[in-house]
Amino acid sequence: MENKLIVSYAPHLRTERSTKALMLDVIIALVPALLVGLFAFGIRAFLHVLICVGVSVWAEHVWCLFIKKESTVKDLSAVVTGLLIAFNMPAAAPLWMGAVGAVFAMIIVKGFFGGIGHNFVNPALAARAFMLACWPVQMTAWTNPVFGKFFSQGTVSGATPLASPDLYALSDVFLGNIPGSIGEISALALIIGFAYLLIRKVITWHIPVIYVGVFYILSMLAGQDATYQIFSGGLMLGAIFMATDYTTSPMTTAGHIVYAVLLGVLTMVIRTFGTLPEGVSYSILIMNIVTPLIDKFVKNKRYGGGK
Amino acid sequence: MYLKTFKGGIHPGDRKELTNTVPISDCPPPKEVIIPLRQHIGAPCEPCVNVGDRVLMGQKIGEATSFVSAPVHASVSGTVTKIENYPHPGGGEALSVFIENDEKDELFPEIKEWDLDLSKDSIKAFVEKQDAKEIVEKVKNAGITGMGGAAFPTHVKLSPPADVKIHTIIINGAECEPYLTTDHREMLENTKKIILGALLVAKSVSAEKIVIAIENNKKDAISLLEQETKEFDNIEIFTMLTKYPQGSEKQLINAVTKSEVPSGALPSAVGVVVNNIDTCAAISEAVVTNRPLYERVVTVSGDAVNNPKNLRVRVGVKFSELLEIAGGFKEEPKKIVMGGPMMGIAQNNIEVPVIKGTSGILAFSAPETYGKDEGACIKCGKCVEVCPMRLMPNFLSTASVAKDVEKIKAHNILDCMECGCCSFICPQRRFIVQHIKAGKALLKQKG
Ligand code: SF4
Ligand code: SF4
Repeated sequence: MENKLIVSYAPHLRTERSTKALMLDVIIALVPALLVGLFAFGIRAFLHVLICVGVSVWAEHVWCLFIKKESTVKDLSAVVTGLLIAFNMPAAAPLWMGAVGAVFAMIIVKGFFGGIGHNFVNPALAARAFMLACWPVQMTAWTNPVFGKFFSQGTVSGATPLASPDLYALSDVFLGNIPGSIGEISALALIIGFAYLLIRKVITWHIPVIYVGVFYILSMLAGQDATYQIFSGGLMLGAIFMATDYTTSPMTTAGHIVYAVLLGVLTMVIRTFGTLPEGVSYSILIMNIVTPLIDKFVKNKRYGGGK
Repeated sequence: MYLKTFKGGIHPGDRKELTNTVPISDCPPPKEVIIPLRQHIGAPCEPCVNVGDRVLMGQKIGEATSFVSAPVHASVSGTVTKIENYPHPGGGEALSVFIENDEKDELFPEIKEWDLDLSKDSIKAFVEKQDAKEIVEKVKNAGITGMGGAAFPTHVKLSPPADVKIHTIIINGAECEPYLTTDHREMLENTKKIILGALLVAKSVSAEKIVIAIENNKKDAISLLEQETKEFDNIEIFTMLTKYPQGSEKQLINAVTKSEVPSGALPSAVGVVVNNIDTCAAISEAVVTNRPLYERVVTVSGDAVNNPKNLRVRVGVKFSELLEIAGGFKEEPKKIVMGGPMMGIAQNNIEVPVIKGTSGILAFSAPETYGKDEGACIKCGKCVEVCPMRLMPNFLSTASVAKDVEKIKAHNILDCMECGCCSFICPQRRFIVQHIKAGKALLKQKG
């Protein structure tokens, strides 16, 4: 018996909450918004999700095989990335586009930089920015929701709520009865997901609440309809599910606060002064790049004094 | 109710229900004891008996060689059969004295039977007439060390530098490691001796205030102690949140006094001395009867054990005998740990002896033990969030792996107390503490 005893260093207890468990929780938190997206955009949304998730998982697996590392698809992070890419697609965009985005995310952004934990920007967001740069027309061809009519293609709407605030009622914007990308239309569904993430302690409240809060205040100061602004466009999706990505956000709570405040300011600046109405993706990408600097300078005050 | 605690930490689940209602039972003395001469932090002892000598129970067999050291005593009466190296539960081997028990338990003549009446007045009067120096001397001669694991010699704690004033004694009843229940049972079964011990500690350093700090998962102990200390104005019972590592000295001090012990300093720097519950009981014995520390309470538990128990055992009894008394194994254990699951030491041999710092012997089958694989750090910051010392465990671990001495220094590796919160919480199951240990060794070597 002697030799069979495992001798390892303390601690001899580990949390059940492995990366896989956490990612599963993120997936569950994405379900409400996913359902709204499927309900609103029907079969096309379904196909986008299938393709983005499938290709992401496949690309990660192939990459791991290629560099002869143990495949990390089991940790479910590729599924999350795939879902987020799909969430950022307009339903009318060609289906192959999502596949290209997924390959870009998993291989160029994640794989090239060393796999999970080593990417310096959020893969899903980088894929979105990439697609937006390559195919600006298709990536902004948002359709009106066709609730319930599963096989309807929907009509392309020229105006997004963000670009033309007068077209849509606040309640529609909040619930998701607006044109937009598959996963971003319903603020309510995203907020339900946020509550779930908080309850399951996957993330803390700081980044989403401060990001949206700062943006709200600035928007109000700028004389805009702040409530309308925070519920439209990709802000909720970005603040809750993208800006909180573990790898690309700072590590300390103080760091989270600095990061979130800067995000709010940047988004406001881009939405107001930029040529694009949507500033969330670019703000988060920029802050992803700034994150290592925040981690360097914003540290916890360690026990017993000193920095 | 808002409960006091410290920043950071984890909730591993206390799993104490296995033994927290099981009264302490006396374990029959073994046929042979093996007493290591290294049982504490500091210099090991020199043997002061020879092979063939007859020794009495409580007789000194190992002499302390420096101030930060504590003598070792025989835990049975009998004959010294061997003095040689033997596997040590702390790792490696240590010079150990083997004593064959003559089953007579003949006490060393200096040791008296307990004769003190434990009524409040009698306790007060007894403490009143003690001399501070003498208490420290008796504690030193009795070889008392911290009994929670680190085994720091207690008389050193009771001898703070002349220029510091100790205002508060904290008695550590947190017992924050999962599974362990020795302090809990001692508080319930040995209440008065613990109170006496606490008063003696306070007297030895002339502290005005005593705080007995207990986690709120031990409600029965809290109410019993509250009742028993009612007539002692200087004793306060302090209820804390159940959280690991609440019983770590620095975190405990922070919860109780709000102050923080400066990096690298001892608790006396903030006017505090911390002692364990069972250390207090041992101090009472030493002062009243001159009885040295040669027996202690050990929790034998874990999911692989048939009848988890709290046992009062002699120092030097083998783990295997105690596991036998606890009903043997339900399932074949995958891991045997001395101490708690968070900081305890995994054993590859259950023939090692109990030492003064053995608070528990835990036997686990799967799934409480995890495999060998670790993932890459995903920078989730969870380890940073839980580190009670507010360090950056992720940076420490990656820098240690990369052997980046500058970086581990910059991130204050020496402040890490190896509590294990970071490894516990890491979703990538990284062996953070293990890396940090290697990093500390590297730093020592490189200077
Ligand atoms: S770094 Fe050290 S002190 Fe901090 S949680 Fe890890 S083991 Fe504990
Ligand atoms: S908990 Fe693990 S994965 Fe997360 S930052 Fe710390 S070391 Fe990295």
